[in-house]
Amino acid sequence: MTSGSVRRTRALFTRTSLPSGGWAIAHEELGKAYPYTGGVPVNPDLQGRVFPPVPPYLVGREKVREFARAVFATHPINHDAEAARAAGYADVVAPPTFPIVVQEATLAQLLAQPDAGIDFTRVVHGDQRFTYSRPIVAGDELTATLSVTGVKTLGGHSMVTSESTIVDADGAHVVTAISTLVVRGDE
Amino acid sequence: MTLTPASAPAPELATLRVGDVVAGKTFTLSRDSLVRYAGASGDFNPIHYRDDVALSVGLPGVLAHGMLTMGFAVQPVVDWVGDPGRITDYQVRFTRPVLVDPVDGAIVTVVAKVGAIDADAATARIDLTVTFDGQTVLGKAQTRVDLA
Repeated sequence: MTSGSVRRTRALFTRTSLPSGGWAIAHEELGKAYPYTGGVPVNPDLQGRVFPPVPPYLVGREKVREFARAVFATHPINHDAEAARAAGYADVVAPPTFPIVVQEATLAQLLAQPDAGIDFTRVVHGDQRFTYSRPIVAGDELTATLSVTGVKTLGGHSMVTSESTIVDADGAHVVTAISTLVVRGDE
Repeated sequence: MTLTPASAPAPELATLRVGDVVAGKTFTLSRDSLVRYAGASGDFNPIHYRDDVALSVGLPGVLAHGMLTMGFAVQPVVDWVGDPGRITDYQVRFTRPVLVDPVDGAIVTVVAKVGAIDADAATARIDLTVTFDGQTVLGKAQTRVDLA
């Protein structure tokens, strides 16, 4: 690994030496922290792959409220169906990061792909983006489809970028959730 | 499903200047917050609620979920624009963990500033500075708001 790539990737991780002589990495999101065990590179053929849609996710009103409380969302539109209707929505509106709940099943698909070469124990969440056509509201039946848009190797690490396109029951676009997962390679 | 977006009064684009602080808030996280987020999100990684597991993988202690930090960091902007439907894009990089002490919790501060204005599109880019223990924990934390 070059020193340049170390600098480039270090900000993504907290790295701690273990008494065993190995080390652990920690990161946000899935804030996963795992011991490093070495591994194989991510399969570059993943790039461009489109996965089958995951089963539809029905957005419940109480789930929206529960998620809103968990992310300190206090806007009445998130909690009160009347306030949401007064603002022009069919029901309570989910906070901006709620799509992660729908996206999660697609990321599980990716990590479970047998030929991907993605060792789940070495995955950390590098970045996350949501691009919205409209907010998610209770009652939505959402279907997510994942495609892998980028596989890069940087200093022995692989960065896998995927897009989960989330549409409603009419097939209209609601939000695209984009994640970059960083997979540690051999040092 | 077609919905009419809310007609809540939005901030006036013409009054904004790049660098203006438009919103901000301090959030106090406790271990309870992490358990609540785990349940709401379905992310039950034990490093977010068990010290023994966190320590066993070399962490100094239990960490907040990055997606929890991403989740609350945008809320001051949602409150400012008055309607979540005005948020058209939101992105962050996860750069540092937020350690949540079992007794004292963690205090995370969010400051939202105007980063760029697109008058033709009637949108503004709002940049979030999210700080814990004197250091930023999110990189390139940006949201685009529609102020048409």
